[in-house]
Parts: sequence; structure tokens; C-alpha cells
Amino acid sequence: MDWGDILFDGVLAALGPAGAAYALSAMGLNLQFGYTGLLNFGHVAFMMAGAYGTAITVDAGGSLWLGVIVGIASGALLGMLLGIPTLRLRADYLAIVTISIGEIMRLFARSGFAEPLTGGVFGIQAFAGEFFDLNPFAPGARYGWGEFVFQGRALFVSLVGWALVGLGVIVTWKLIRSPWGRVVRAVREDEDAVRSLGKNVFFYKLQALMLGGAFGALAGLLLAIEQQNVTPNSFEPRVTFFLYVVVIVGGAGTVIGPVIGSLIFQFLFFFFDSFMGSAQEQGWFDWAGFDATDAAQVKLVLVGAGLMALMAFRPQGIFGSKEEMLVGDT
Amino acid sequence: MATRESPLASVAPEPGVAKPDPILVVEHIRRAFGGLQAVDVGRLEIQRNTITSLIGPNGAGKTTLFNLLTGFDRADDGIWHLNGGPLVGIPAYRVARKGVVRTFQLTRSLARLTVVENVLLAATNQHGESLLGGLFSPWRRTEKANAEKAEELLDRFGLMHMRDEFAGSLSGGQRKLLELARAMMVRPELIMLDEPMAGVNPALTQTLLHHITALRDSGKTVIFIEHDMDVVQEISDWVIVLAQGRLIAEGPPSHIAANDDVIDAYLGRHHGEVP
Repeated sequence: MDWGDILFDGVLAALGPAGAAYALSAMGLNLQFGYTGLLNFGHVAFMMAGAYGTAITVDAGGSLWLGVIVGIASGALLGMLLGIPTLRLRADYLAIVTISIGEIMRLFARSGFAEPLTGGVFGIQAFAGEFFDLNPFAPGARYGWGEFVFQGRALFVSLVGWALVGLGVIVTWKLIRSPWGRVVRAVREDEDAVRSLGKNVFFYKLQALMLGGAFGALAGLLLAIEQQNVTPNSFEPRVTFFLYVVVIVGGAGTVIGPVIGSLIFQFLFFFFDSFMGSAQEQGWFDWAGFDATDAAQVKLVLVGAGLMALMAFRPQGIFGSKEEMLVGDT
Repeated sequence: MATRESPLASVAPEPGVAKPDPILVVEHIRRAFGGLQAVDVGRLEIQRNTITSLIGPNGAGKTTLFNLLTGFDRADDGIWHLNGGPLVGIPAYRVARKGVVRTFQLTRSLARLTVVENVLLAATNQHGESLLGGLFSPWRRTEKANAEKAEELLDRFGLMHMRDEFAGSLSGGQRKLLELARAMMVRPELIMLDEPMAGVNPALTQTLLHHITALRDSGKTVIFIEHDMDVVQEISDWVIVLAQGRLIAEGPPSHIAANDDVIDAYLGRHHGEVP
């Protein structure tokens, strides 16, 4: 077993396009859940809005850049549509509506009658040519040192992705330190108190939901562009819960937490994936009769155990403050 | 007992009586919860620049009346005016912007904000509170001026040493003080306090009473819900009594203490239970 390979598989995945996309998406969820206290259990729906918004626009003859704008706007718009009827109600209603909308959208996209629009179960492919035309690296060439290698194509997407993450961090940081951020954090603590001080709580929650939705949409369309492919099956409900793990592991309600959470999550995921894969190949599990599929299942158990250990030692997340967490319970 | 000349000295102590200079006028306000008529008040006027106590047995509709007047609940029927302008059907946050700030029976400190952030939040002039303003407007200048004002308030309410602590780490009494300081930051005309003295030790009660009197003396109008008759007697200019949603009596505190209706509805029936 080559531990170097296994380690680099984890690191490369964390730094790759998926790591950046998860960080972006988790930043949106963090704005909603970590800072504003909104229980959005369907964040995958915003990613889906972004991915399909882009792909459908290009499919209909628009340019990719128009598609990107449409994709981001779709995320914000979805936030508005979900928020207007639910944000005046108790927090649980948003949770119920968001968890349903994710599934509704996924099932709609894969249904037969939506096929002319969404491509059905096969989705839409090859819509991001304009993006890769800008790739300054040779697509098939290998860049890096030793085991630490990106292909030119993945390197380009990663760089763009992490640049967007950097931009997202700056925007979040500026916003949260501003008076806007103070109101939003106050809403998380006690809506009625904030109302009694003359703030339009509903409007702030709507803004947070829409802004978080736009981040999610950007992440979704980044993944779609990277794969040149959108299919309904990439948007299963578990994506939302992965994102919650990312936010909570990194530290909910911290600016940098979702980024670090995404790196840790992707690393653990692909480290154990690679580890279990080579362990199975080398016959470590022959005594138990494991095949490759079984090994992949055990990988998830290990990822889960790793995350549980992190939570046991740092319940506030990597960047969260313990004092802040304890004070919130009183 | 308030020592100053009361503007209400010549007002007859009758339910619904007109006041010389009312800040708040309520007509026929009603709210039912299912079959229970929680509030049914015919006419009520609150004199400007006074301390008015709202008393009544548990379930009399005091908090419900507060909720209705501040937009936290919708009345089934009724009209009420602040300074002659209608206040019906206006959402809570806009009622606050019109100068009516209320506090809550259970203190609502914003636990994971610091003490000074709690107060700064209540400022009404901060353009950085809009999404684009937060990103692009020069909000720091306003913030600096507000911080001075906030620190002045914290100083006045004896919380300056806790300035940068999380509000969640304050004691119960300190939270009451913080809530009061926060309400003041809104620069309200009318302050509605829902049992500000509940669960507070006697020494702090005196401090709170002192602050409430100071608010009145600085030109504000205060309405507060209270159960302790000694406190009511001590600082009220006027007392209004609710029982089963209705206004059964109002008048100066000395009058209320001797009112048979009030003793029947409130003190009499619950005598021995009221501390």
C-alpha cells in the first residue's frame, strides 16, 4: 500500500474543483444557518438552480456567461420564492419547504415531460466550451511536483473556483463585520427583540436566504461547468447534509469555517476512499468477503467516525469559539 | 410617590377618562383567542410624560394589550393613535420606528452578541444596516458616534465593565438593565415595559425604579406592567387596572389602592398570594 498516493488523493481532492465548490456552497449555507439561524434543509436545490439555470440557458442558445448570470439569479430567485411564504412563519416551516423543494426539483428535472427542457435523467452536457476556451493550461498536461499533480483542465477550474472562494470570503467578512451582519446575527438570537428595536426582520431573513442561495447556485454551476454535465442524480438530498457537516465541522457562524470544513471533509472522504480501495485490492478484507462495493460502504463509516471524533473534541467546530457556543445555550 | 406636580391632578379617576395631553389614545380595542375575550377595552388615553402602571390579575390581558399596541399581535377590532397618527395594522418594526419601544416579560438579550453590540443594534440611523450599505457605505463614521452614545448608556446603566462580554454571560438583573439601555438607544417617545421588575432583587428594583423615573423626567412617557403594589404606589403618576380584558378602573395610585372594584377583582380575590 502506497500511503503517499493515498494521502495525495485526499489532498488533491480537497484542493480540487469539488473542494472549492463545496466551500462556496457551504459559505452560502453558513450565511443562512450559521449567521441568520435559518434552517435551510434543501441547500442542494440552490446548487441545482445554478447548474440547471446555466445549462438550460446555453442549451437554449445563450452564451455561457449569460448562463452564469441566469444561474446565480436563479439561486437568488429561488430563495425569494421560498422565503416570501415561509419566513414570516416559525423557523420549522422553512425547513419543511426547503427539504421538499430540493426533491421536487430533482424529480421534476428527471421526469419524462421535463425532458425537452432538462434533458431528463441524462441531463445536459457539453455547455461550458466557452469556459475551457479560456484555459491557459494545456488540458491534458500534468502540472505539479511528484505525486502532487493536477491535470491542466482541473487546475484551471480549481484556480477559478478558489479565486471565487477568496472573493466569497472577502464579501462575507465585510458583510458580517458591518451593521448588516450585526442585525442578521441578532435575528439568529431573537427575532422579536430585533423587531422591537425597529428592524424589518422578515426582509433581513429574505436577504440572507437569497444571498446564501446565490452562493449555492454559484457552487452548483461551478461543478456543472467542471463536469460539462448536469444530471438530476448529482443533486440528492444528502448533498445538503454533507454541506451541514462542512459548515459545522469548520465552525458555523465563522467566516473561514466553511472553507476549512470543506477541505477537511473532502480530504477525509477521498483519503478513506483511496485507502479502502487499495486495501480491498490488496486483499485486506478477503477474510470478510468484501468486494469493492462493500469497501466503498465501509469508507463512509470511516468518514463518519472521523467527523464524529472531530465533533467530540471540538464541538464548536475548528474555528468556532467555545465561549460563544456555551453562551448561546443560556 | 412622585413629588412633582402631576399634570393629571385635575383628571377624574374614571375608566376611559380623557387626559389633557394624551400621547396614546385607544378606542374599542378587542382581541379574542377562541372563546376567550382577552382584551376588550373601550377607551384608554395615556398622558404624555408620565409613568403609567398597568396592573391586573394574571390573565387580565395586560401583555396582550401590549402586543396589540406594539404590532406584535393583530387586534380583531379597534383604533389607536400615537400623537394623533393611526397605529393600527402597522408591523412591529415600524411601530418601533415611530417611537414606541417595548420590552418583554422574559428578557430577550441577544446572547451571542456583545453587550455593546446589543445597544449599537438599536441605533436607528445606521445606513450600514442595508445589504449594499454594509458593503459599500461609509458606515464607520455613524458607528463611531453611535458607540459614544451606546457607551454613555452603558455607563448610565452600570454595564460599562461588561462592554465586550457576550450578553449571554450577564446575570438576570444585568439583562434587565441591558434591555432598558437598548430600548433607550432607539430614542423612543413611549416606552412600554412588561414586568421590568420581575425576578429582580430589591436593591436592583430600586435601581430600575430610579432609571424609570429618570426616563420620565427626561421627557419620555412610560407604561409598565407590574404586580408589586408597593412599586406601583411608589413611582406611578397614574394607574390603569385591567381585569378579564376590560378596563375596570384608572386613577392616581392612592385612589386605586382604595378602589373597591380593584380590591374585588385583584387584591381581594388573590389576597395572600400577591407578594
